[in-house]
Amino acid sequence: MKRPPRRRRPQRIQLVRIAHARSGDKGDTANIGLIALKPEYYPLLEKQVTAARVARHFKGTVKGKVERFELPNLNALNFLLHGALGEGGTLSLKTDAQGKVFSTALLRMEIPVPRDLDVR
Amino acid sequence: MSTNRPIRIASGQGFWGDWLEAPVRQVTGGPIDYLMMDYLAEVTMSIMQKQRSRDPALGYAKDFVPLMGQLLPEIVARGVRVTANAGGVNPLACAEAVLTCAREQGLAGKVRVALVTGDDIMGCLDELTEQGHELHNMETGEPLSLVRDLIQSANVYLGAWPIVQALKRGGDIVITGRVTDTGLALAPMIHSFGWRKDDWPKMAAGTVAGHIIECGAQCTGGNCLVNWERIPRMDDPGYPIVEVSPDGTFVVTKHEGTGGRVSVASITEQLLYEMGDPKSYITPDCIADFTTIKLKQLGRDRVGVSGVTGGAATDSLKVSISYSWGYKAVGTLVYAWPDALKKARKADRILRERLRRLDLEFDEILTEMVGVNATHGRLAGPVSPDIPEVQLRVAVRARDRAPVERFSREIAPLILNGPPSVTGFASGRPKVEEIIAYWPALIPKSVIEAKVEIMRA
Repeated sequence: MKRPPRRRRPQRIQLVRIAHARSGDKGDTANIGLIALKPEYYPLLEKQVTAARVARHFKGTVKGKVERFELPNLNALNFLLHGALGEGGTLSLKTDAQGKVFSTALLRMEIPVPRDLDVR
Repeated sequence: MSTNRPIRIASGQGFWGDWLEAPVRQVTGGPIDYLMMDYLAEVTMSIMQKQRSRDPALGYAKDFVPLMGQLLPEIVARGVRVTANAGGVNPLACAEAVLTCAREQGLAGKVRVALVTGDDIMGCLDELTEQGHELHNMETGEPLSLVRDLIQSANVYLGAWPIVQALKRGGDIVITGRVTDTGLALAPMIHSFGWRKDDWPKMAAGTVAGHIIECGAQCTGGNCLVNWERIPRMDDPGYPIVEVSPDGTFVVTKHEGTGGRVSVASITEQLLYEMGDPKSYITPDCIADFTTIKLKQLGRDRVGVSGVTGGAATDSLKVSISYSWGYKAVGTLVYAWPDALKKARKADRILRERLRRLDLEFDEILTEMVGVNATHGRLAGPVSPDIPEVQLRVAVRARDRAPVERFSREIAPLILNGPPSVTGFASGRPKVEEIIAYWPALIPKSVIEAKVEIMRA
């Protein structure tokens, strides 16, 4: 008797392997542009990196809500993290008062991807 | 005097304090038609306001004058025109200083400076509020009366059109106060191609071009994450140049032989920088839509941009108001192995206990451990107990100066009366800084009038 082919479980990888990012500020809001390193990774980002998931990732750091905007033309997502910068601008006491490295903090997130996904 | 050939607009400064070599290299490194330079971040205006209150001849980007002194002969010889918001809160003084510089170089009669003003509404704030323009804070909704007595500066963001006027009237060097960064790049396009005010897709295309180059090298390999170690010759990065066609499509590139990299990745990162809703990028000139942009690598260090769409401008202008909020200071100490993190945490607890006993009133006290959690917080994960060193960084903020001043005297004692193996205090007591906060508001376009004046050397 032949065994049915084993279903391969998805692997979990950090976003840094399939995406790059840049972040900045507007008042007390940080924005993060998350960009797929290859166009074929974009649907994974769109499906997995939801506003709710990003809000959970930054829990404790971000006081307000998280909004997401899609830019499929650039294989990119834009996130707005409200109340993220300790009041922002000149008031903020944080090292990263202008949210410059929220970008790589997001790239730490792990998401499930197909086991056969071609990643570096 | 419209042209049908593409024009080349080069970005020379991404902020006040950017690389001084960049504008010189942009002018001398190859052909360009325009040099645009952005000097004004949100806080810059209040710094300049303070300088002017101490000396009425100051209040602008001082670096701009010697830079122009160095570049004027080249600019005149090559026929390059300059758009710069270097005027800050005193554009007239800036323009006069540049003209003096031109005369000293024997360029009298050869340089026309165009002065764009009308952005400064500090002098008529009360009049405006009496007329019913309450200038509510765009973020909090609070009325301006809450901070009226603390206001340091108030400037409207003008757009491209006053600069277009300045170019039309023959200005070689256009010096402005608070205008948008994107307007500095869009204006030369409108002027060169005779674009109509309501040709929204073209206004949007020029705005996107301006957004890409307004931060200087941040679109040509600077601060770029993709293959960052292999970006060539970052000791001599090429600053961006847009080659714009009359139809509004454009190519982002840089001078031959310079370092850095122009790629779809480097441009995409910059497109998303400080982005809000990408369908609605609002400027005085239009509302640009970033969700239809198409990027294409056309060759080495050449990225084509097309497909930009946009809609009609709003009836309002943004106002940037700065006001005195209070004071802050940051103190740091470095703790070494063994138990570096434990020692730093202990020192923080001791410091906070001493501050508590002094009964000082702070709005906030923030402790960060640099090397452990200062940038990524708890996302950084657990740290090795064997970590070689940790920098303790404690920052405080208060409405009054006195508690912040006292805090600045509580760091040094820890060197001798706190946890061991501490160092890194060479720079002395923390500096008490005044906090100038930012108050964004909107005002109807109809009450603001920009002025353009031509001044000759």
